[in-house]
Parts: sequence; C-alpha cells; structure tokens
Amino acid sequence: MSPSLRTEDLTIRFGGHAAVNGVTCAFRPGELTVIVGPNGAGKTTWFNLVSGQLAPTAGRIFKGEADITRLSPSARAKAGIGRAFQLTNLFPKLSVLENVRLAVQAREGIGPRLFRPASSFPRLAEEAREHLARTRLSDVADYPAAALPHGDQRKLEVALLMAMQPDIYMFDEPTAGMSVDEAPVILELIAEIKRDRSKTILLVEHKMDVVRALADRIVVLHNGELIADGLPDAVMALPLVREIYLGIGAEEAA
Amino acid sequence: MTALSASPAFRRLPAGRLVVYAIVAVIGVVLVLAPFLLHGNVRGIDVAARICIFVVLVASYDLLIGYTGIVSFAHTMFFGLGAYGTAIALKAMGPGFSAILAGGAAGVACALVLAVLIGLLSLRVKAIFFAMVTLAAASVMLVLASQLSDITGGEDGLIYEIPRFFSPATKLLTGADGKVATLFGVPLNGRVALYYFVFLSALVLFLVMVRIVRSPLGTVLEAIRENETRAEAIGYRVVAYRTAIFCLAAVIAALAGILRAVWLKYAGPEAVLSFAIMIDILLMVVIGGMGTMIGAIIGVVIMSLAQFYLKDLMQAAADATSGLPLVPDLLNPDRWLLWLGLLFILLVYFFPAGIAGTLLGKGGHK
Repeated sequence: MSPSLRTEDLTIRFGGHAAVNGVTCAFRPGELTVIVGPNGAGKTTWFNLVSGQLAPTAGRIFKGEADITRLSPSARAKAGIGRAFQLTNLFPKLSVLENVRLAVQAREGIGPRLFRPASSFPRLAEEAREHLARTRLSDVADYPAAALPHGDQRKLEVALLMAMQPDIYMFDEPTAGMSVDEAPVILELIAEIKRDRSKTILLVEHKMDVVRALADRIVVLHNGELIADGLPDAVMALPLVREIYLGIGAEEAA
Repeated sequence: MTALSASPAFRRLPAGRLVVYAIVAVIGVVLVLAPFLLHGNVRGIDVAARICIFVVLVASYDLLIGYTGIVSFAHTMFFGLGAYGTAIALKAMGPGFSAILAGGAAGVACALVLAVLIGLLSLRVKAIFFAMVTLAAASVMLVLASQLSDITGGEDGLIYEIPRFFSPATKLLTGADGKVATLFGVPLNGRVALYYFVFLSALVLFLVMVRIVRSPLGTVLEAIRENETRAEAIGYRVVAYRTAIFCLAAVIAALAGILRAVWLKYAGPEAVLSFAIMIDILLMVVIGGMGTMIGAIIGVVIMSLAQFYLKDLMQAAADATSGLPLVPDLLNPDRWLLWLGLLFILLVYFFPAGIAGTLLGKGGHK
C-alpha cells in the first residue's frame, strides 16, 4: 500500500544544532507507529515539522502524493493531518463543549451561515457531545477547559483530535501524567482508531507496556536522527536501542 | 446564546448577571425616551447621542481587543474617516441625504481599504508590531487631516449644514391647528428625528455585533484570542480571521463616524480623530469589560457621565461644603481630572475584568 505520510531527508537546525537531522521515513494507513527516543531526541520537533508549527531547514513532507512542506498548519489540518499536543494546548476560557465544537466546526465548515447564532447549528454541538462521551467528558461539558483537572485536560486534548477526524493521527505522549484509571480510556480510543485500518497513527510514548500493546512498528530517534525502524520485537532487541533508550535494559540483558 | 449559557448549569440567573441586565435595561429606557426625558436640556440630549455613537464605537473595538485579542490604535482613524467623508460631502454637495450617503460610503470604503492593507501587511507579525503599525497609520491620518486644510478645514475642521429634515423647523406631524404636534409636551420636530436616526442606527449596529459574537464566528475569534497556535492547528486560518474582523470593526467604526458627523454638524481633528478619543475608547472598554459586548454600554455611560457631569457634581459639593476647611478646595471643579483618575483606579481595583466582565463572571481578557 502506498504511504499516507512521508518525510524525506527532513532537517531543522536551530543555530548550529540539528534538532531533527535527515529523517526519511514513510507511514501507511492502518499502521500504528510508536516513536521512541530519549528526551531531546527530536520526537516533538519532528511532530512540529509534520503538523506545520515549525518550517524545516531542509527536506520535504508528503501527505499521500501531495507535497505539504510549505503549507500552513491550518491547511495541513484541512488536508487531514491531526495532532494532539504533549503539553496541554486548549482554549482555557471556553467551555469543554465549545473546545470540541470548534474542532468539529473547523472540519465541517459553516460557510455563508457564519453569522447565524451558534445554537442554530445543533449538529455541530451534537457531534461534539459524541466526542465528549467517547472521551468520558460528558459530565464536565459546560466547565471552562481551564477548570478541569490535568487528566481531563489530557482527555480533552485527545477529544479535539478525534473531532478533527484526520487521516493521520499524531499523539504526543497522550497519557503523560494521567492516573492509572484514566490512561486506559485514551489507549482504548487509540486502539479503536487502529481497528478502522484506514487511519495512520503516530504515537510518541515512553511507557513500554503501551508500546508493546499497540505498536505495529517502532521508529527510534536519537540526537535528531532516525537510528532504527522496524517491527517492535526486532527494534527493541537491537543492542544499540537497548543501550541508548532502555539504559537499564542493557544491563539486565548483560 | 452559546451552548454554554443555555446549559442547565448556567440557566439560573446569578445576581451579577441580573445586575448587569438591570443596569443596561435602565440605560436602554433612558436612551429610548431621551428626547422626552431630557426635553429642553440641550446638553443632556447631546450626551445621550454621544453615548449611542460611542457604544457602537467601543463595542466594535471590543470585537478586536476583547474577543480576538487584537490591539489596535487606529480605531479613531476609521471613526474619523467615516466622519470626514460625510462632512466633506455635505460641505461640497450641500445638505442632503445623497451627500450623507455618498460621503459616508466613501469614508467607509476608505476605512475598508486601509483596514485590508494594514491587516494583510501586518496581522502576521507579533501583536506589539501590529499595535505600532496602527499607531503610525493613525498618526499619519491625524497629520493629513490637519495639513490638507483645503479639503479637511485643517485644525478648525469643517462646519456644514445637515438635511433640512433634521432641523428644528421640520414638523414631523402637524396638529389640528397646523402647528407642530407635541407628545408629552415635546414638539415632534426634526431634532427628535435626528436623535432617533442616531439611536436606531446605533441600535442596529450594536445588535449586528451581538449577533456576530454569538455566532460560530464569535467562538472562533475567542479561540484565536485564547490560543492562536491551537486554533491554527485545528484548521482555522488565523490571519484570515483576524484580517476579516479587523475590517469589520473598521467598517462599523466608520459608520459610527457618519452618525457623529451628522449629529455634530462639525468634523475636526479634536472631535473625531484625536488620540484623546482613542484613550476614551480604551478606558471605556476596560471599565465596561473586555469581551462582553454589553460592557461597552456600561463603560460608555460611566465615562460619559463622568466627563460631562463630574465637574457639575463637584461644584455642587464644593458649594455645599464651603464652610469646611480644605474640603471645598479638594472638590474644586478644576480638580475634576484628579477625581476621574481616582474613580478609574477604584473601578479597575474592584472590577478587574471591567464592570460587566466581573459581574458576569467572564474573567475578561487574560
């Protein structure tokens, strides 16, 4: 199957430091790829390049056949690249429902009816409520996003991504800081998207149990470079990966 | 209303909300009946008309600063363009509705073109640079208005006639005796028509803006204010939305300028273009409450009453306390700016998000 997302020699330098250095890889629909690497490996920077928050110094990005390297973040969102952020990145004073409704509205568009009262678009709110139900946020729909506890904000972050209904889902440590009760809700949602088989999922994750449970493939970044890419068992078995990424694992193996 | 306020948690009317609505209802009633309540009080009617016009001007500024988080200092420039367009046409074409229409349209068109240019050229840059660009544009316009005296009348401004329909001699209704009909003792003449022309135009413009902020567009604007990066990331073209709302606010400000020019029968740098007006707008929007729309009404009324009546009040207070030491000196009307400043400080201290913003629990702009 042809790749749904591809980066070609993707590089970004900040001054002399190459935060992402010549990363070439391709992702297919129905595949869940976990991106691992130590802190500062360039995982989030690579995400920022793909979703458009940063412009690369060199290299190109393709969504299907289309070159999207020069597109704005909003144009990439419209093209089907959806992203949830590592640090919670919401609309703090708007209600939880409005947060999600905005994402639905961006996708659907409301065209010339822009000036009608928001309440005359019940379908948008209805769909937003469905996403809240799936992320178990229905009870807090009317609270301002800023009033939610951390775990719920993380869930809302994911709800926004679900509402975008992208082809490419990019999760940046979606369960970071979540309690053991909350994390499974998110992981089950990701598993559900995966069962669809038509979506491409990229996941930055540190928790090894999560990686093992979900990953079809693992990509390892280190110092901005792609150093390993393959099936989970094969990648995790590489001595280099065990050494730089697992650290302790290498000692255990010894 | 948005889903937020329609939801059960918000359906009960908290006391603060009631207070705001009550204040606005009282202001509304007074403005509707102003020609009758303030009959014979020329200054009073003048203040009422100025309040109507400034509510539109301040609310349109709230679209920018309160809803979208755009800081602009060019709002009086757009106001002035509408006013000068109307004034120049009335001067050149003579008093007629066609002059108001043509001049007003030209002023609004200039405002729109300038807003598009400023918006597209500089809304991509950081907020502080954008604010500087608007400041520069407004300064240039102020200099132009004073220097192009052949067209604008320079520092003196323009004095002109407005359509005869709005003159005191016009009888809107005639009684059985052929004289102008009266209602509650108030002759229904052209001055009354002029006031209602201003009032109704302002009301329509205000309601249009309320509709905008309650539409899906309004939520997008708030989203851009709250988190520009994320708004872009979920698919909104932030620069396009910003430019659009900047143009819309400019057009509404220019329309308010038309009303001002028709009401005053005068347009000059001090009256419609100066930075003093810009500061008034800023104070009004802050006192009323940014991002509330309804705050514009409260802010404008408080500022206008303070500006026009604080001196009178102080004179009365100074007279009443003339027997006491020091106090009459403190209350001397010459010191009115000191008391106005104190009033602002107290208002901002007790209502950090503005009066409407604090009472409605909106928290205002961060």
